Amino acid sequence: MLNRTAENVARATPEPLARKVRGISDKGLAWLFISPTILLLLAINIFPLFWAIYLSFTNFRANRPNEVVKNLGFANYQRILGDQDIWIAMQTTAHFVFWTILLQTLIGFTLAWLIDRKFRGHAFWTTLILVPMMLSPAVVGNFWRFLYEPQIGLFSYVISFVSGIPPTSIQMLSNVSLAPWSIIIVDTWMWTPYVMLICLAGLRSIPEYIYEAAEVDRASNWRQFWSITLPMALPFIMLAVLFRGIENFKMFDMVNLLTGGGPGSTTEVASITLKRQAFESWRTGYSSAFAIILFVAVFGLANIYVKALNKVKQR
Amino acid sequence: MSRSVISKRPSWPRWARRGLMENIATALIAIGFLMLFQPFALSLYTYSFITMLAGTVMFIIVSKFPE
Repeated sequence: MLNRTAENVARATPEPLARKVRGISDKGLAWLFISPTILLLLAINIFPLFWAIYLSFTNFRANRPNEVVKNLGFANYQRILGDQDIWIAMQTTAHFVFWTILLQTLIGFTLAWLIDRKFRGHAFWTTLILVPMMLSPAVVGNFWRFLYEPQIGLFSYVISFVSGIPPTSIQMLSNVSLAPWSIIIVDTWMWTPYVMLICLAGLRSIPEYIYEAAEVDRASNWRQFWSITLPMALPFIMLAVLFRGIENFKMFDMVNLLTGGGPGSTTEVASITLKRQAFESWRTGYSSAFAIILFVAVFGLANIYVKALNKVKQR
Repeated sequence: MSRSVISKRPSWPRWARRGLMENIATALIAIGFLMLFQPFALSLYTYSFITMLAGTVMFIIVSKFPE
């Protein structure tokens, strides 16, 4: 049946075209198929990257396209790497990355460990836990803004109910000390399921016979956890940490939707500073240099990530 | 008649094997990354980019080295 269809297609192909296709080698045909993807990648990924590298050495401003572009050499890089405000933005980013990763790893691994017990209805709970991860960050940002509302927000109401503090004084998004934590809470809520999923894969990959051998040796549950579960799941935990690290380092959408970098500049992470420099101050050359610095940092982390991934594969 | 087996010395120097070099590059990237985010000294922040860049370029090069 399939052969007959193929024969019909071959017969229906016009002779000049068929002759052309017959002349192409396997390698040529492969190139023919992947060339649209390569062209697309070159156009939307590689070219902008090289263009940004070029712009980072200039004083180009996107709002003044007709102005003469001067070559500044490494001046933009020197300015960024000596700028106190950008250094503070980097520290704010580090604060976010550290706490989100710590909380996500701890809660994610605990959830994975509990789900791996395979209790009754574990599949239902797994699906339920995974829901936040499937939502769009724009949706999550908007509904958490409502939850954080001091007057009508459920979050403020629950905190007030537990602590006795009046809900109007719980200003999660406008309080200088609470605003960073409000973003950390949302990011943890959204991305813990992702860490849980990776950890669960790690826990499920541990062979059962190792636990059986440990049981024979009368190892306690605590000992089994520290000597078998944790070391064998560690590459997966590392993978989750690295992956979330790279993602959180670039965190923009959630911060922009919840606080927009405020109050003041308490939640101004690197990506928000970059957006302000590029599209509010219109310092395109300067912001390109900043983007390249962030790119090198993420690219370096990605290399470590690939190395960790290869180690996991070798197991 | 006994034939002596002479093992051929590998041409690639031992110190330049991929594993060791990749570890050094990874350490450089990690140090650069920490320098970028630390809150203690502005001078460390200033030199973070060049450290990370050196580590990343080194990683790209040494990942082509033989094991």
